Amino acid sequence: MGFQEPKLDTSPNVSDEVRRTTCYMCACRCGINVHLKSGRVSYIEGNRRHPVNRGVLCAKGASGIMQVTAPSRLRAPLKRVGPRGSGAFEEISWEEAFEIAVGWLKPLRDDAPERLAFFTGRDQSQSFTSFWAQGFGTPNYAAHGGFCSVNMAAGGIYTMGGAFWEFGQPDWDRAKLFVLFGVAEDHDSNPIKIGIGKLKARGARVIGVNPIRTGYNGVADDWYGITPGTDGLLILSLVHEILKAGKIDLDYLARFTNAPCLVDGTEGPGKGLLLRDGDGKLLVIDRATGKPAPFDQQGVRPDLGAVHDGHRTVFQHLAERYLADDYAPEAVAERTGIPAARIKGLAAEIAHAAFDAPVVLDRAWTDFRGDRHEKMVGRPVAFHAMRGISAHSNGFQTARALHLLQILIGSVETPGGFRFKPPYPKPIEAHPTPHCDCVPGKPLGGPHLGFVRGPEHLALKPDGSPARIDKGFSWENPMSAHGLMHMVIPNAHAGDPYKIDTLLLYMANMSWNSSMNTRSVMEMLTERDEAGEYKIPRIIYSDAYASEMVAYADLVLPDTTYLERHDCISLLDRPICEAEAAADAIRWPVIEPDREVRGFQSVLVELANRLKLPGFVDEEGRAKYRDYADYMVNHERRPGVGPLMGWRGNGDQTGRGPVNPDQLQRYIDNGGFHVAHVPEEAQFYKPWNAAYQDWAVSLGFYDKPQPYLFTLWSEPLQRFRLAAEGHGMRQPPEHLRQRLKETMDPLPMWYEPFGESAGDAYPVHALTQRPMAMYHSWGSQNAWLRQIHGHNPLYVPTKIWESCGFSEGDWARVTSPSGEITVPVAHMAALNENTIWTWNAIGKRKGAWALDPEAPEATKGFLLNHLIHELLPEKGDGLRWSNSDPITGQAAWFDLRVRVEKADPPGEAQPAFPNLVSPVPQARRNRP
Amino acid sequence: MTALPPPSAKKLGLVIDLDTCVGCHACVTACKGWNDQGYGVPLSDQNAYGSEPSGTFLNRVHSYEVQPEQGPAQIINFPRSCLHCENAPCVTVCPTGASYKRAEDGIVLVNEDACIGCGLCAWACPYGARELDQAAGVMKKCTLCVDRIYNENLPEEDRQPACVRTCPAGARHFGDLGDPESAVSKLVAERGGYDLMPEMETKPVNKYLPPRPKGKAEEIDVLAPLLDVKATGFAGWLDRILEKL
Amino acid sequence: MHPAPSVIVFTVLSGAGFGLLAFLGLGAVAVTGWAALLLWGLGYALAGIGLLASAFHLGNPQRALRAFTQWRTSWLSREAWAAVVSLALLAPVALAAVFGAEPPAALGVLGALSCLVTIAATSMIYTQLKTIPRWNFWTTPALFMGFALAAGAMLSGRAVLAALLCLALGLLLVAAFRLGDGRFAAVGASLGSATGLGSVGSVRQFAPAHTGSNYLLREMIHDVGRKHAARLRMIAVVAAGLLPAVILLVLPASVATVALAALVHLAGAFAARWLFFAEAEHVVGLYYGRR
Ligand SMILES: Nc1nc2c(c(=O)[nH]1)N[C@H]1C(S)=C(S)[C@@H](COP(=O)(O)OP(=O)(O)OC[C@H]3O[C@@H](n4cnc5c(=O)[nH]c(N)nc54)[C@H](O)[C@@H]3O)O[C@H]1N2
Ligand SMILES: Nc1nc2c(c(=O)[nH]1)N[C@H]1C(S)=C(S)[C@@H](COP(=O)(O)OP(=O)(O)OC[C@H]3O[C@@H](n4cnc5c(=O)[nH]c(N)nc54)[C@H](O)[C@@H]3O)O[C@H]1N2
Ligand code: SF4
Ligand code: SF4
Ligand code: SF4
Ligand code: SF4
Ligand code: SF4
Ligand SMILES: [Mo]
Repeated sequence: MGFQEPKLDTSPNVSDEVRRTTCYMCACRCGINVHLKSGRVSYIEGNRRHPVNRGVLCAKGASGIMQVTAPSRLRAPLKRVGPRGSGAFEEISWEEAFEIAVGWLKPLRDDAPERLAFFTGRDQSQSFTSFWAQGFGTPNYAAHGGFCSVNMAAGGIYTMGGAFWEFGQPDWDRAKLFVLFGVAEDHDSNPIKIGIGKLKARGARVIGVNPIRTGYNGVADDWYGITPGTDGLLILSLVHEILKAGKIDLDYLARFTNAPCLVDGTEGPGKGLLLRDGDGKLLVIDRATGKPAPFDQQGVRPDLGAVHDGHRTVFQHLAERYLADDYAPEAVAERTGIPAARIKGLAAEIAHAAFDAPVVLDRAWTDFRGDRHEKMVGRPVAFHAMRGISAHSNGFQTARALHLLQILIGSVETPGGFRFKPPYPKPIEAHPTPHCDCVPGKPLGGPHLGFVRGPEHLALKPDGSPARIDKGFSWENPMSAHGLMHMVIPNAHAGDPYKIDTLLLYMANMSWNSSMNTRSVMEMLTERDEAGEYKIPRIIYSDAYASEMVAYADLVLPDTTYLERHDCISLLDRPICEAEAAADAIRWPVIEPDREVRGFQSVLVELANRLKLPGFVDEEGRAKYRDYADYMVNHERRPGVGPLMGWRGNGDQTGRGPVNPDQLQRYIDNGGFHVAHVPEEAQFYKPWNAAYQDWAVSLGFYDKPQPYLFTLWSEPLQRFRLAAEGHGMRQPPEHLRQRLKETMDPLPMWYEPFGESAGDAYPVHALTQRPMAMYHSWGSQNAWLRQIHGHNPLYVPTKIWESCGFSEGDWARVTSPSGEITVPVAHMAALNENTIWTWNAIGKRKGAWALDPEAPEATKGFLLNHLIHELLPEKGDGLRWSNSDPITGQAAWFDLRVRVEKADPPGEAQPAFPNLVSPVPQARRNRP
Repeated sequence: MTALPPPSAKKLGLVIDLDTCVGCHACVTACKGWNDQGYGVPLSDQNAYGSEPSGTFLNRVHSYEVQPEQGPAQIINFPRSCLHCENAPCVTVCPTGASYKRAEDGIVLVNEDACIGCGLCAWACPYGARELDQAAGVMKKCTLCVDRIYNENLPEEDRQPACVRTCPAGARHFGDLGDPESAVSKLVAERGGYDLMPEMETKPVNKYLPPRPKGKAEEIDVLAPLLDVKATGFAGWLDRILEKL
Repeated sequence: MHPAPSVIVFTVLSGAGFGLLAFLGLGAVAVTGWAALLLWGLGYALAGIGLLASAFHLGNPQRALRAFTQWRTSWLSREAWAAVVSLALLAPVALAAVFGAEPPAALGVLGALSCLVTIAATSMIYTQLKTIPRWNFWTTPALFMGFALAAGAMLSGRAVLAALLCLALGLLLVAAFRLGDGRFAAVGASLGSATGLGSVGSVRQFAPAHTGSNYLLREMIHDVGRKHAARLRMIAVVAAGLLPAVILLVLPASVATVALAALVHLAGAFAARWLFFAEAEHVVGLYYGRR
């Protein structure tokens, strides 16, 4: 019997139609081609022309189809019918939902707008949601940045006018050495992978500094398994070494940073501030004349070594500080867990790559002083960092230390180093300051969030108490540029600083993986006062899925999935730009929802119209926008500047221009995004490059050129320190003076993370990492992804594995000062010997996400969050000290200290919680 | 017949770079997504939202820990799919002829219409490259995206496997390993690409590129102190460094 | 490997059936009428039930006929042919016996040979698999043949021969267990060679490719507890080999004795076959950090 190869159709039709939009299984926002067969999504692939992902997709993006068909999708607005937290709901109509919401919100707006707190989680429309909150008039608005990575953002912006991730990127095409601090995945998920791939293909060297050697750190050519919370020390020791050897870029420092600026040395309220001329311009000493001159005068050659009337330059202050023995590798080796010889080796690698093999581009450019440079000379050492340094209580200063190192070797905005993405760089001066002027019935005077320059910008009431429910911009965390999402529920529950009425939450799973101290948060959400009313009286929540948080809402506004709505990824908040291009993007409904769900932004527009919020209605109270799509096109922040930069006016204007009714179609035709390339001569030295500055103005990033100097010495920090020393009108409370003096150092410094106060009883560091194939809580409803990560073991290093006598299949009891969990363990050798870790947010509450109550996510999966408290352990002073960075309020997730013991395997991971009643029907067993 | 065809000149396959694979599983779900709607029956999932989810995948990514004699342990991610063996035992064991190796390019495929789902080919494969779909009862395996790589409905640049197209790190390469001049063959030669389990004598077409040696860089001595800061004091250091400007 | 009941029933019963048919074909017992119907019927039934059981292991049994196509390369295909040919060749012999006609002797011998070929082909399905070193060894065809012959001899009432075959089978089992334990190592496959990372250092699984289950884990990767295995091995050797031999040699020859011995033997055969699968370590287990 013969056999012939069967006839094979090697050219099947892939689909009936392709619609191009933007992915949203994470904040990376890749371009996707959505294939449709008979009107249903059949396949999703990356869009090759998209600036973010250039065709590739990650595991989450490539399984988006499972997200859009997930059984956990909410189906209609929900009204709570059982006790809060039980999960018992009744489906209601949208009209009823709007009536309930307006019934709650209208009186608040009229009488006490601050009694509404509006906080958003994975929000990609912050310029819109904050605009709404401004219109409402509450000071209580923020997105999730405060518990996420504000240290990184603020550390970068206060130091160099931009930070890693969405503000900038390594020069993947030219770097010869890439050093990665504390990153497992980051938001720039695909670009980092593409970048690492490029480095590897070129044979460039990659170094990972991380207690855990997985993922990027796994492919790194060398690994520094640092002790958590000590990166600042390591970095400043590297600074010590390169200073000692003179391997720094003096010319760069003199021209582009405040290193040559003069620090006021006179005792008094001006001490430690920088000298300025009559126009308020920073002064430097010109080497040619030896005389003071404004920093931006043409031809000035600032002198790093000057002393003027006893005032020394920033450069001298910093060199003196870091040359001290405290920062010698030998002095920091034990604390950091990195031997002195290794630290010296790393410093040598950095110096070698930066100075022995510079990248020189034959591109002339003109700086802001009018001086012309024939070449662009780069220091091809790129750094990147994220929450490994950010999520510690010393993260802000650590981020500053890292930027100091980058700047000292001249690798910021030079070829081969770190490059900003438009609309960054942006000096502090170009950012707003926070607003908290709350008047019933009136909008807020300006944006809620911003960058304080000193105590005068704090969000305080006249009596000095915090004006915001999260205590953002208070003396407890003065520079909390993103607010403190993690403190909202505890503060609202405690009525500290005041009580609120309604908590409006969007896209944040606050009763589970996104909270510290999860069990107590659930209690806070359900606790009643003497009168029997919930301590947080009303909770409105928008989610697209049956998450754990849904169970704690009184009113649920069901959102669509990402393929069913309009979204705007705007230059007004967090665009998708690249170093060589400004870019923004949209999502649009590539399929219609088959349920009674609505895009949350459109719901907000409708609420604004019914509440007649300023900005949303005209003088007669008539709605200006029908829905979010209408807003995206027709809203103007400043004349000619709207949410979308592309195809303005007649379609031929970019950045600035009149409204174009055809704009969305143009985006759709182009694959959902718009790109504006940075001219070649403007691609580096952006903060000082006249061509870049002009281009930025033309696109509407700002209205006039804003060149500035990098802030090695930070005056805002010094102003808070001066206040703590007793200068100025606004004075901190006594109990905070000492801490402010210590931490508000104008030069980057390191102090012990607050978590260390747990003491010797908790000798082990405990961390989480993002799994590349899961996005927080919401990947587990994805039938494909949950087969990859259905539960999470606790990884234990060899030393602890052996001393506890663990073997495969064992369980451990892990105890922190605030809690205890009992969970499965696994062994890992490629791990800092004092650190344990697990994947973040795999553990699920029983009954949530339309999963079977016996799902492994609920029985074996677990959250480390039960061990992390939003407050530090009691100090006996009767005060509540938040587990946050004292400067920015960043949640210190990674300060956690624990102890580990072997435990008898319980039936399931502990703590276990009662089953939630699912607001959606249980899933079908099999697929398809 | 299920006898193997004479070795083809063209040997299409994948080259997987273990030095670059970050273990992101993108290739896993991209493969599932493409093949769920493409060649043959969908890749089903059982108990998909339940207590023991299980499903058919054609490509999986493992993580191993390697402890070298010197230096700290390393984590290496390891994608695993059909290697399109030249000497494919999965083909010759098949009683129905459903499993076959294409004469023109060496791709090993299953003709699902003829497959009785006996599982023997999966038993014969050393690499776990075949999974019997529980819903359809037919054998599934990597098709090397035969319905993409020749697909005239796709733009030229997209005529490559879904997993290769999606791999963010660029750790997967597709090409003709029978042509010594092809990019993939050169890569294999340059980087010492190797076969998995050669003792099984399957002669895989796919090759793996080993991780590059890890550890500290060659001794670089660029950090000789400018001068002894202790001896000269800070002022001396400052003078010396500013001379360099 | 997963000890699937369908495959165990298939190999044990069809082995016994074709063993019995082989003996009957060779004219081991001269029976006619009802007795012939019973004996031949038993042979056909065992073989038939076995073959039928094997279909339960198929994902698409309705296409089972296709399994006849690849006899040139596939042992499974050859087995299918051999089985059908055996049953066909022996059918006239059986009918003749039942109806008291003269059985065509040549056909009987041919049929018996074909039965042996069937058994060999069945065993080769397993023996050919390099991926399972324990099977990929001379002990596999020897065992399959041993089981078939012992059962055939027993069921056809050749007590002494059956007893001797059982004893030999016992020895063979011991040898197969012993030698089998060293096979995996002898082949040399390791996680190091499976990943090629052995040259970097010693390799262990860090995280599985998926926390969920899959076909491979269910089908190829089966852990039997050591204690469990030791006990079952003992049972297999005793029940399949020693005990039936003793029964046949010690108890008076009768149908009851044969039946008792056969039942004990079959129980042993099931135990041995369960172990045959359960203990068979597929090299793919290496990728999952298991053997
Ligand atoms: N232990 C530990 N805990 C941590 C961290 C850590 O590192 N370790 N990291 C912290 C950090 S940085 C962050 S950012 C937080 C993340 O915390 P969250 O922002 O809370 O992230 P998710 O868990 O993804 O929750 C987002 C919610 O949005 C819902 N959602 C998804 N898509 C949509 C949609 O289209 N519309 C609407 N309306 N809702 C949708 C999801 O169902 C989910 O309920 O976790 C924090 N928690
Ligand atoms: N796939 C996926 N992508 C995501 C997310 C997701 O859930 N899934 N979440 C998104 C969100 S909200 C965020 S905030 C980002 C966060 O992205 P990442 O910044 O990558 O955050 P984590 O995964 O928390 O990883 C923190 C890393 O820091 C290391 N680390 C912890 N402490 C220290 C330390 O003291 N020093 C050093 N050097 N390293 C340390 C940890 O080992 C870990 O590798 O990811 C975003 N991208
Ligand atoms: S990184 Fe992945 S999940 Fe995030 S937007 Fe891109 S493809 Fe989507
Ligand atoms: S997509 Fe690429 S980097 Fe990611 S796991 Fe697959 S091969 Fe590795
Ligand atoms: S890898 Fe396995 S399935 Fe693929 S050709 Fe080789 S033996 Fe066959
Ligand atoms: S499962 Fe299908 S392809 Fe595999 S050997 Fe059996 S019939 Fe052939
Ligand atoms: S080549 Fe195609 S079928 Fe094979 S693993 Fe890659 S995506 Fe899957
Ligand atoms: Mo985050």
